[in-house]
Amino acid sequence: MNAPAPVMAAPKMAARNVDVFYGDKQALFDVELDIPTNRVTALIGPSGCGKSTFLRCLNRMNDVVDICRVRGSITLDGEDIYASSLDVVQLRARVGMVFQKPNPFPKSIYDNVAYGPRIHGLAGDKQTLDGIVEDSLQKAGLWEEAKDRLAQPGTGLSGGQQQRLCIARANPVNPEVVLMDEPCSALDPIATARIEELIDELSANYTIVIVTHSMQQAARVSNYTAFFHLGKLVERDETATIFTSPSDQRTQDYITGRFG
Amino acid sequence: MDKGKTDHIVSAYDQELAELSSMILRMGGLAEAQLASAIKAITTRDGELAERVVAADAKVDALEAEVDEHATRMLALRQPMAVDLRAIVAGLKLSADLERIADYAKNIAKRSLALNQNPTLPAVHAVPRIGGLAQRMISDVLDAYARRDVPMAIEVWHRDEDVDQLYNSLFRELLTYMMEDARTITSGTHLMFVAKNIERVGDLATNMAETIYFLIEGKTLEERRPKGDDTSSYAGPDQG
Repeated sequence: MNAPAPVMAAPKMAARNVDVFYGDKQALFDVELDIPTNRVTALIGPSGCGKSTFLRCLNRMNDVVDICRVRGSITLDGEDIYASSLDVVQLRARVGMVFQKPNPFPKSIYDNVAYGPRIHGLAGDKQTLDGIVEDSLQKAGLWEEAKDRLAQPGTGLSGGQQQRLCIARANPVNPEVVLMDEPCSALDPIATARIEELIDELSANYTIVIVTHSMQQAARVSNYTAFFHLGKLVERDETATIFTSPSDQRTQDYITGRFG
Repeated sequence: MDKGKTDHIVSAYDQELAELSSMILRMGGLAEAQLASAIKAITTRDGELAERVVAADAKVDALEAEVDEHATRMLALRQPMAVDLRAIVAGLKLSADLERIADYAKNIAKRSLALNQNPTLPAVHAVPRIGGLAQRMISDVLDAYARRDVPMAIEVWHRDEDVDQLYNSLFRELLTYMMEDARTITSGTHLMFVAKNIERVGDLATNMAETIYFLIEGKTLEERRPKGDDTSSYAGPDQG
């Protein structure tokens, strides 16, 4: 992917002085990171570096972990997402998430996609809902494979198809930001390529943040890359710069396979 | 940035990178020796030596092919990043430059055979001087590569100007001979090409210095390139 022109516009999301604790243990230290609008930002780093923790802060998934405390500020379009007045359900509709293991609902393919619009009251009649389902499956690149089996269970699809179904499921509620936590780690190279192609297409309309263990994947799909190490954000730059001449030695050691 | 001395987790990767460096250095040593011999063939009018230089060019070409294959293999199998990626790309560029340098040496050796057919021109005395400068540039730039030495690479980079200046004066000197005595035109023209080839070797050593700078620093050398060769706009001595 070519490096885009530097983003001058206000970032979609911005983290400032973010500290995260699990009980007594501090998992993130003073993270400051901008997530640019309609760009793909990759978070990389060794296991336990805090990248997934950070991702989960962006739609308050950490709220469900009792011992987790978040300090500092994270904004979405300039609004503090940790403000007490904020509706968390609304936030998660705006900031959607795709997980490492595809997790379709134990329902039909159709109902998986129709679930969101139904509970958010987005579709008045069957015809509108049909349209939303088709459109979402189209956008996720799954329509051709699924159109003749919409009534069959989503769990009967292959792993790669299930992952695209999960992305299709996030579509109808029109999220502004899509968080992806290692969306391809359970997929074969072809399914991975289809998801990467999808990420590329989605980035025209969505802001995407992806956690990945595959450096090649970060290099292929992202515009910006942030490297985390031991709970700190070490470096964030255009992806091409990170992978050709990173400025921090720790980044270099990690991406060239010299850590340890 | 520091030089990334720490070893890879996969040690075979380190060995492959070391092998790439040693191939470039072998190739560089050979190219430098070829240039030295070609220049010696001119000053000593040694036809046999010249023939040996022409024949030995194939060795440099073979080494370049080896470097290409090794580097391509590493790109495919290791998917290198950052300094490793730069080391491999730099290896490819350096080997291409060294191959060109050896080509120029071969061309100089061929011209020495033609020069031997005619009486020696006094201007020949300048060839070992300019040739020696270019040869030292190659040897020092290879040292800078072997030691990952940025100041040395920059120093070599600046030296190209000296080669250019010597080339300018030789160019004028040869032109003067040829205007005075038309019988010197054949030798004069060959010597002119010899001088031009050596000047090009200086340019290639300068390229190599830039490549080495990029390899180590991860950015391009920003200074203005030294440019001392003004013969392309030279209109001849004043006819007054």
